[in-house]
Amino acid sequence: MESILRTENLCVEYRARGLRQETKTALKGLTISVGTGEIFGFLGPNGAGKTTAINVLLGFIPPTKGSASLFGIDVRQPIARQRIGYLPELTYYYKFLSAEELLGFYAKIFKIPCAEADKRIDQLLKLVELEHARKRLIKTYSKGMQQRVGLAQALINNPDLLVLDEPTSGLDPLGRMKVRQIIQRLKSEGKTVFFSSHELGEVETICDRVAIIHEGELKGIGTVSDIVGQHHGNLEKAFLDIIGYQSQSTL
Amino acid sequence: MNTVFALAGIVIKELYRRKDFYVLFVLTAVITIAAASVQFFHDSHIVRYVKDLCLLLIWISALLVTIAMAARQIPSERENRTIFPLLAKPVTRGQVILGKFLGCWLASGIALVVFYLFFAIVTGTREQNWPVLNYIQALLLQWIMLGIVTAMTLLGSIFLAAPSSTVTIVFTIVAGILFLGRHLNVVAIHNTEPLRDIIYTIYFLIPHLELFDVRERLVNDWGLVNWLDCLLAALYGAGYMMLFLLLAWLGFRRKNLSVS
Repeated sequence: MESILRTENLCVEYRARGLRQETKTALKGLTISVGTGEIFGFLGPNGAGKTTAINVLLGFIPPTKGSASLFGIDVRQPIARQRIGYLPELTYYYKFLSAEELLGFYAKIFKIPCAEADKRIDQLLKLVELEHARKRLIKTYSKGMQQRVGLAQALINNPDLLVLDEPTSGLDPLGRMKVRQIIQRLKSEGKTVFFSSHELGEVETICDRVAIIHEGELKGIGTVSDIVGQHHGNLEKAFLDIIGYQSQSTL
Repeated sequence: MNTVFALAGIVIKELYRRKDFYVLFVLTAVITIAAASVQFFHDSHIVRYVKDLCLLLIWISALLVTIAMAARQIPSERENRTIFPLLAKPVTRGQVILGKFLGCWLASGIALVVFYLFFAIVTGTREQNWPVLNYIQALLLQWIMLGIVTAMTLLGSIFLAAPSSTVTIVFTIVAGILFLGRHLNVVAIHNTEPLRDIIYTIYFLIPHLELFDVRERLVNDWGLVNWLDCLLAALYGAGYMMLFLLLAWLGFRRKNLSVS
């Protein structure tokens, strides 16, 4: 299987800005590889370094050491992001635009011809069930609707790789189910999905492989069935074992 | 260039969906109309004072709109985190700076056209005279000046996190240049070393925004400035715009966007 997302010994340090601050190591030698058509779950407790890894992959922050590439191109090159779609954890869009205008703007960035862009916008708004609100300003949308606009903008360029940072966070059960359905539909179309999540049940249902990181270090990687099998339970138990969590009753 | 124009389009959309411009335009219009309606001793030259006041308000309003708009572009992208989905696309930071600059500059140009149309209507109805070329020349020169101010403000906004600080500092610098810039060489002559050299250096370094101010010519009907001089002024302005944009890009290129 061709690897389209790869990190090699990735280290990120946030340097101290004042005398009282200490240098914080967010990632310690992360090495992962994601193949074409995989749904890859990136798990870890809060502060484990998931978002930092995603930020490096998207070129927002440079790695202190190591390398990261998308489709074999160094992530520091903007062209590496030509074939990816990104959905941030929270909705960060121009709220003075309508969904249609926002998608039109991103289509222009990808240099999609107007006629094709219009067609694509129609399809995406239908997919995320926002056709009825396409001309309303995003600031009037509910959180679930904003998340769905986010998903639509991530798909505007028909990406081969989708990077989703906690795609279902803050959504109601119906919203989660819709996002899950969209991810599964993308998988059936042969797309690769890399996503971080806290929802272990969801990860167990839809992921082919998972990586678990804790305090910036990779603690486990493999197929969901392998990881669950090694820990005799479900993914939640495996996750807690791997990060070394012991409950009060055990102590 | 597609990306730069797409980014510029967003800035222009933001301008007409926000209230700042409309408030300043209405304020300018109300003050000018109120001033124009006053007649003192049947003075036939009173229209000059109306023109002077209207142009002063246009200058202040255009500067306020431009500086406020340019100052919030990059900080609000960072604060609202809209910069992340944007930079996750094949967009370079240089394109972001250029797009923001172009958007702000075009938006300030649109605002100027509206202001000058109003000015032409007010003065035309009083004087029964429409020196269209003079208006176009004044507008173009002011627009080039606003280009320098836009680039300067974007540069400031890279290093100052709060838009309010950028607005205050840039507005003070611009006002300082407009009022004192042309006199700095005279001040330098009357000082001793090393202050003389320092003032001279400042005199030669600052962009002389007052070169683009032809309000007096409009008010007193002194006719057009030589178009060749306008071209030279445009080249002078373009040089400063490029310098400020280059510095802004250098500052933004390696800027750690606060992510957590």
